[in-house]
Amino acid sequence: MTDAVAAGGLTAVGGPAGGPVGGAGGGDADKPRGLFDDAWRELRGRPLFWVSVALILLVVLMAAVPQLFTSADPTLAQLSRSRQGPSAAAWFGYDNQGYDIYARVIHGARATIVVGLLATVGVVLFGASLGLLAGFYGGWLDAVVSRIADIFVGVPFVLGAIVILTTLNAGGGAGAARIVAQVVLSISVLSWPVSMRIMRSTAIAAKQQDYVKAARSLGAGTGRIITKHLLPNCVAPVLVYSTIALGAFVGAEATLSYLGIGLRPPVVSWGVMISAAKDYIRVAPHALLFPAGFLTATVLAFVMLGDAVREALDPKLR
Amino acid sequence: MTALLEVEDLHVEFRTRDGVAHVLNGVTYHVQAGETLAVLGESGSGKSVTAQAVMGILDTPPAFVTGGSVRFRGEELLTATPQRRREVRAEGIAMIFQDALSALNPVFTVGFQIEEQLRLRRGMSRRDARKRAVELLDLVRIPHAAQRVRDYPHQFSGGMRQRAMIAMSLALDPEVLIADEPTTALDVTVQAQIMDLLAELQRERRMALVLITHDLGVVAEVADRIAVMYAGRIVEHSDALSLFRAPGHPYTEALLRSLPHLESKGTKLETIKGLPPSLLRIPPGCPFHPRCPRAEQVCSLEVPPQVPLGSGRTSACHFALEVVGRG
Amino acid sequence: MGRYVLRRLLQMVPVFLGTTFLIYALVWAVPGDPFEGKCGERDCPESYVAAMREKFNLDDPLVVQYGKYLLNLVQGDFGQTSAGLQVGERIAATFPVTLRLALVALLVEAVIGITAGVVSGLRNRGFLDSLVLVSTLFLISIPVFVTGYVVQLVFGLQLGWISPTVSTPTFGNLIVPGFVLASLSMAYVTRLTRAGIAENRRADYVRTALAKGLPTNRVIGVHLLRNSLIPVITFLGTDLGAFLGGAIITEGIFNVPGIGGLVFRSILTKDGAMVTGLVTVLVLVYLLMTLLVDLLYAVLDPRIRYD
Repeated sequence: MTDAVAAGGLTAVGGPAGGPVGGAGGGDADKPRGLFDDAWRELRGRPLFWVSVALILLVVLMAAVPQLFTSADPTLAQLSRSRQGPSAAAWFGYDNQGYDIYARVIHGARATIVVGLLATVGVVLFGASLGLLAGFYGGWLDAVVSRIADIFVGVPFVLGAIVILTTLNAGGGAGAARIVAQVVLSISVLSWPVSMRIMRSTAIAAKQQDYVKAARSLGAGTGRIITKHLLPNCVAPVLVYSTIALGAFVGAEATLSYLGIGLRPPVVSWGVMISAAKDYIRVAPHALLFPAGFLTATVLAFVMLGDAVREALDPKLR
Repeated sequence: MTALLEVEDLHVEFRTRDGVAHVLNGVTYHVQAGETLAVLGESGSGKSVTAQAVMGILDTPPAFVTGGSVRFRGEELLTATPQRRREVRAEGIAMIFQDALSALNPVFTVGFQIEEQLRLRRGMSRRDARKRAVELLDLVRIPHAAQRVRDYPHQFSGGMRQRAMIAMSLALDPEVLIADEPTTALDVTVQAQIMDLLAELQRERRMALVLITHDLGVVAEVADRIAVMYAGRIVEHSDALSLFRAPGHPYTEALLRSLPHLESKGTKLETIKGLPPSLLRIPPGCPFHPRCPRAEQVCSLEVPPQVPLGSGRTSACHFALEVVGRG
Repeated sequence: MGRYVLRRLLQMVPVFLGTTFLIYALVWAVPGDPFEGKCGERDCPESYVAAMREKFNLDDPLVVQYGKYLLNLVQGDFGQTSAGLQVGERIAATFPVTLRLALVALLVEAVIGITAGVVSGLRNRGFLDSLVLVSTLFLISIPVFVTGYVVQLVFGLQLGWISPTVSTPTFGNLIVPGFVLASLSMAYVTRLTRAGIAENRRADYVRTALAKGLPTNRVIGVHLLRNSLIPVITFLGTDLGAFLGGAIITEGIFNVPGIGGLVFRSILTKDGAMVTGLVTVLVLVYLLMTLLVDLLYAVLDPRIRYD
C-alpha cells in the first residue's frame, strides 16, 4: 500500500482519540486503549474463539467434576461385556477389559488436563523467566543459558522423553502422583528452551525500545524496568505460545502414554486408553476412536484459541 | 490531436471494513509526447492511486475502478483485455516507484530484473539481454555497469537503486513514464541528480513524463504543466509558470505560501490549518472548504465546477476568478 | 562463508558434547543393575557381570567412562552391545530405511503443503482458504499415532488398499507411512506458505513486476513464490533433521525396520551402548542439518551474509 488511503483517510478513522468511528464502549472512553483491550475487542467478534473457549470450559468441567457427566465407575472391569459396541447403557461401548469407555473418557480428562496445565506452567515459568533475564542482562548469562538451551533442543522430543522416563520408571511401583509428576517433568525439561528463546528475543527487542532507554535515563532501577516496562510488553508472545503449547502437551502426554512410558494404570487418561486399545483396533475400533476424538478436540480447542489470540494481538495479521 | 495518455473523470473507491473510501472522485488529466506533467498533492490525495489505475495494478479488492476512462493513444484501457493491458505496461506506459529498495525484488540481481522483460517480451537471448541491461545501466550512469549488473538491490546505494529502477523502466522504450515520487526517499543532493537524469532522458527520448510529487521545488524545476490534487480531485490545472505567478485555487495558494523563502527568514511559516478530510466521509460541496480561508456558504453546499481561467487553465473553485485575479 | 562454517562447527562441539553426555548419563546412571534379565531367568554369573562392567568401563567415574566412549567414537568405533552386536553395523543397516522414509515424508509435505498454502494464500478469506485453514488445524491437533492407526485401520484393514505393515521398505511401500509422518508438518508448511504469500502478495516488488507487464503466472511463480518460500524451505530442512531422529512412532505403527524402532527397542531393553550410539548419530545429524539450513538461508536470501 502506498500513501493513498493509508495516510489521509483510513488511519485517521482507526486512530485512537476521537476518530469519526470512535465511541468505543462508553465507560472506558477516556482511558487510552492498550494492546490487550484491542485484542479483546478483536477476539469478541470471532466465532472460532468462542467455539474453542466453550470446548475448553467443557473439558475443564469434565476434569473438575466428572460426576456431572457420568455415574458409571471408570474402574469397573467386567470381562463379560468386553468389546461390546456403543449402546444406551454405555454410550461409547466397552473396551477389551470390559471398562465403560464413556466413563473412562470423562474421568480421563483430569489426568490429561493436569499434565498439560502443569507442564505449561513449568515450562513458561522456568523458560520465560530465564529468557527474560538472559535477554535483559545479555553477556555471559545469556551465552550460558543459550548454550544450555541448545543442548536440550538438540535432543529429539520423543527420544529424550523415552530416555528420561525409562530412567525415572526404573524404580517401578510408582503411585499415581509420582507417575504424573514424572511425565510433567520430562515434558518440561525438554520443552523449556522454546519459551526461553521466545522470551529472550522479545526482551532483547523491548530492551532497545526508546521508552525503556527513557525510563533508564530517568533513573529507574533494574527491577522496576523489568517488572514495569519489559514484562508487560513481552507477555503477549509467551501467552500465545503457552496456549498452543498446552494443546501440544496434551498431545505429548497421549503420545508418551501410548508408548507405554508416560501415564499408565492406575492413572486413567486418554493416552492410556488409546495405548490399551491399539492392540484390538481390528476388533474394537471404537475403543480407540472415542478417546482419540476427545484428545483431538481438546488439542484443537487450545490450538484454535492460541491462533485466535495471536491474530488478535498481532495487528498485521488482522 | 489526441494526447498520448488521457485520464477522464476517473473514479476509484476502496471498499474497506470501515466503509467505502472515495479515493478518486473524477480525476481528469492528459499528457503529450515530450511533455512533463506534474501531479502535485499531499499524501492521501490520490496521486499514486491514479497512477496505479492507469497502469492497471491496483489491489482489487479493496480498490475498484467505478467509472471514467483511461486512454493510451486513443485506445480505451479500462475495458481492454488483460492481455492487451499487459502489453501496454512497460512498452507503452512504464512506471517507477518511490522506494526502489522495496520496489525491486530483493532476491534477484538487478540485471535479472532488467533482462527478465527483455527476454520475455522481446524474446532476446540471455546474452543479448545481459548486453542490453548493461547498456541501460550505463545510460542511467551507473559506474562499472558490467559488474554491477550482477549485484543485488541491497548492494546498491539509494540513488543507484533509483537509477537502476529507471533503467528497468526504460528497458522496453516506453512512450509514457510515470514517476511516483521518484526522489522522496533520497538525500537532497541525490534528489537533484535523479531529477536531472529523468529530465534529460525525457528530452532525449521525447517521452511523456507524469511526475507525481508533493514537492513544489521539484515541480518548479521540471514541470511544463501542473495538476494539483486534493481529496481525489484535480483542483487546479495550469501551466507551471502561470501557477507560480498567480495560483488559481485557494489550496494552491496556501501550498505556495507554506514554502519557505529567503526573504521571509525570521518570520513564521504559514501552514494550512486542519487536516485533509477522511476519504470515508468527504465533506459535501468543495472538499477543501473546511480549511479554506475564503470559504462561504456556497462552498459547503455545491461542488465547484472546473472554472476556465484562459489558456487551458482550470480551477475547481467557486471563486476561481477572484483568487487568480488577486495574485 | 568458510570462516562462518568453521565457527559454527566449533560452536557445535560443546552442544554435541553436552547432549551426548546428558543421554549417556541418563542411560548408564539408571538405578538398578544394567544387566538384569540379560541372562534369562537367573541372575547373571559374577564373571559375566565383571566382564561387562569391564567392557563398558562401568567401574570408572561417569565422566571417565564418557571420555573413553568418546575416544572410541572419534576412531569410528561405536562399540558393541552387551549381546555382542556391533552398534555401528546395526545403525548402518537401519539408517538408510529411515532416510528413505524421511525423504518420502519430506516430498509429501513439500508438494501438498506448498500447493495448499499457495492456493489459500492467493485467495485470502475465501471458501477454499477457510477449508485449508480448518484442515491444517485438524492436522495439527491429531496426534501422529492417532493418524497412523486411523490410516492403518481404514486403508489397511477395512479397505485393504495397502498392507497394514511395511514388509520391504521400498519407496512405494513407504508412501503411506510417509504421509502419516508428514501430516503434522504438512499443516505447518501450508500455514507458513500461506502466511508468506499473503504477506508478500501486496509487496511493492510484486507491483513492480506487474508494472513490467509480466504474465501473472510469472509474477506469482517467480517473484512472489521465491520470496515467500524462504522460511518454508528452511522449515523443511529442519524438519528433515527431525524426521531422521523422530520417526519412532510412525515406524512403530507400520513396523518399518528403521532407526526409530531400533531406538525404541534398545531403550526398553536397556541396551545402553546401542542407545548412546544412536543418539550420538541423531544429534550429529540434527546439528549438521541446522547448519545446512542456515547456509541454505544465505543462499536463498542474498541479503543475509555470514562473515
